[in-house]
Amino acid sequence: MFTTFLRTVALGVRSLLLHKLRSFLTMLGILFGVASVVAMLAIGEGASEEAQAKFLELGSTNVIARSRKPSADSDSSAGMAARNARGVIYGLTFKDLDVIRGTISGVERVVGVRSVLKPTAHGSRNVEARLSGTTEDFLDVARVEIDRGRFLTTSDNLRRANVTVIGEEVRRQLFPFEDPIAKHIAIGGESFEVVGTMRSRGGASEKNFEGSDEDKVCFIPLATMETRFGFIDMQRSAGSRSTEQVELHEVRVRALSLDAVPDVAQAVRDVLKRLHEKDDVEVIVPLELLRTVEEQKRIWKAVLAAIAGISLLVGGIGVMNVMLATVTERTREIGVRRALGAKKRHVISQFLVETLGLSTAGGAIGVFLGIAIPFVVEHYADMKTVVRWDAVGLAFGISALVGVVFGLYPAMRAASMDPVEALRHE
Amino acid sequence: MAVSELGDRTDNAASAGGSAPHGEERPVILEARDIRRSYRMGDTVVHALDGVSFQVRQGDYWAIMGQSGSGKSTLLNLLGCLDRPTEGAYLLGGDDVAQLDDDDLAEIRGQRLGFIFQSFNLILQLTVLENIEVPLFYQGIPAREARERAQRYAELVGLGGRTHHRPLELSGGQQQRVAIARALVNEPLVILADEATGNLDSATGREILGLLDQLHLQGRTIIMVTHDPNIANRAEWVLRLKDGKIDRIEPGGKHPEGVRTPERH
Ligand SMILES: Nc1ncnc2c1ncn2[C@@H]1O[C@H](COP(=O)(O)OP(=O)(O)OP(=O)(O)O)[C@@H](O)[C@H]1O
Ligand SMILES: [Mg+2]
Repeated sequence: MFTTFLRTVALGVRSLLLHKLRSFLTMLGILFGVASVVAMLAIGEGASEEAQAKFLELGSTNVIARSRKPSADSDSSAGMAARNARGVIYGLTFKDLDVIRGTISGVERVVGVRSVLKPTAHGSRNVEARLSGTTEDFLDVARVEIDRGRFLTTSDNLRRANVTVIGEEVRRQLFPFEDPIAKHIAIGGESFEVVGTMRSRGGASEKNFEGSDEDKVCFIPLATMETRFGFIDMQRSAGSRSTEQVELHEVRVRALSLDAVPDVAQAVRDVLKRLHEKDDVEVIVPLELLRTVEEQKRIWKAVLAAIAGISLLVGGIGVMNVMLATVTERTREIGVRRALGAKKRHVISQFLVETLGLSTAGGAIGVFLGIAIPFVVEHYADMKTVVRWDAVGLAFGISALVGVVFGLYPAMRAASMDPVEALRHE
Repeated sequence: MAVSELGDRTDNAASAGGSAPHGEERPVILEARDIRRSYRMGDTVVHALDGVSFQVRQGDYWAIMGQSGSGKSTLLNLLGCLDRPTEGAYLLGGDDVAQLDDDDLAEIRGQRLGFIFQSFNLILQLTVLENIEVPLFYQGIPAREARERAQRYAELVGLGGRTHHRPLELSGGQQQRVAIARALVNEPLVILADEATGNLDSATGREILGLLDQLHLQGRTIIMVTHDPNIANRAEWVLRLKDGKIDRIEPGGKHPEGVRTPERH
């Protein structure tokens, strides 16, 4: 039985090879259908994985409030009122931090961060690094890891100690050859002792959410920052000088669980709305963003499924059309085979095998192309792509299914021919 | 000619060759009992066969003659189980096949019948050998055995050296030889030929008829439709059809001495 099947397959393959160009053209529809679906799925999957990684980096149980410079025309009276001799005042305050800490339930940690750019130097080497003032529990709300030494402690903040933990990029630039621990570096004119180094957060995504280098950072105690540098930040842009006053750039709130995130997010939004008349803070909820990405992915997949469906339908119709022509063309052969003892099922399997051969060959080449395209895209367009093997299997399976569905009718038609009529056919 | 090697058939047909004097001893292998075949064309009914009865014994050589449209092909298709009679019984090897379903008929065609067509009807993409193998494939004969048998029959019809050629690389006569080998390869009960020489020039036609004569001498049963009285002369019996009815059955040129004329029913 099995060898009969193999011989039927061999017969079908030969018959397809007899008309190579025709067979190739016939399988093009399915080929491109499968190729485009596999490729687009890989690209879409890559994009969403990249986005998901980005948001996961922010911490899925976190709710992050950030200071945002209000646009000049957003609320002009309030904007003017906030402008005093010292420049623009906006953003998160220590009061916000206290209120969030004191009134919102379901919260595990609330951590404030103040970040400014400061020239940082060691000996003759220097680098413009982001200086982040924060507290010891920053470690719990951010995906940072200590490489050597230690992170900031409670006592660092209480003592307002001049200690710093430096990022990998700062270490690389300031201490290319020596051990930075216990060395002193100059940050914004003040001397700080390096007590620890961070592990690199680089890899594929070197840029963080805002595009600044994650590793080009120095952490110091928030209290020290307040004492040494105050809240006023001088900015030079296009020849004009402006100052702005921001107490905190970021407040990270970590919810007790994933389930608590939506409530915590709402509570943070409510509190900030109450405390800020101006539109000078924004709340980022990584979990919501993740959900959005997932939603987009679902839509992308639905669109792809529609495209796949249409292209495979078109491909299948093409295959069916050619097979119907083949059946007509080979009516006499069918009659002869029937006269020589072929049963209907023999004829059906003969033509079904041919259609299946066309569609699965198209599917196989399509899969190959569909895997090759993301490779090229990844190489030249610098996009992450992920070829999911279940998607490949599905696309190939569907191409085989197309072969059966669209091959069945021509095959049945061939089999149902009256042998006498078929033999008379010219 | 290679045909002389045909004598290896071991069944009792071989001993009951066409020249055997006592036809009565040969069993009836095919019997038509009042078979009718009509076609409905719109609201008129065409009676292509209108009550035909006769018996064919093992080893017989029959010619079916008659004017165009008299029902020769229709009869041959019925005898070949390609078609079913509208009425009547048709017994092949003792079984009534008139009532069988499509699969059974296919099986009977594959096992008990061999067809030779006017236009050869070889499958053009297959080689000579593969064409001869086709009936064996549907019998589920293993590939190796099928190949050996096909090779043997190719040699038998004198094409042992051409087995890997395609049909279109052969002359008409050679193609018809392939078709004959294909009709023989399943060792059928009856060989059915519809104007087997109709597409050949007279010399080649004679060659093919010579081959059929040899096969008959080896004990094979042959039923052949023809227009040509000379061809009919080679048969033992000539069945003349007229308007779907048997006009008469008469002894052919090879009619063995002393054998009774088959009775008409
Ligand atoms: N499929 C069909 N539909 C309708 N009528 C048919 C069909 N096949 C045969 N006939 C009719 O049956 C009659 C006998 O046809 P058949 O083909 O048996 O003749 P024949 O003796 O073989 O003729 P020829 O010598 O020309 O081959 C004819 O009148 C023909 O028109
Ligand atoms: Mg005819």
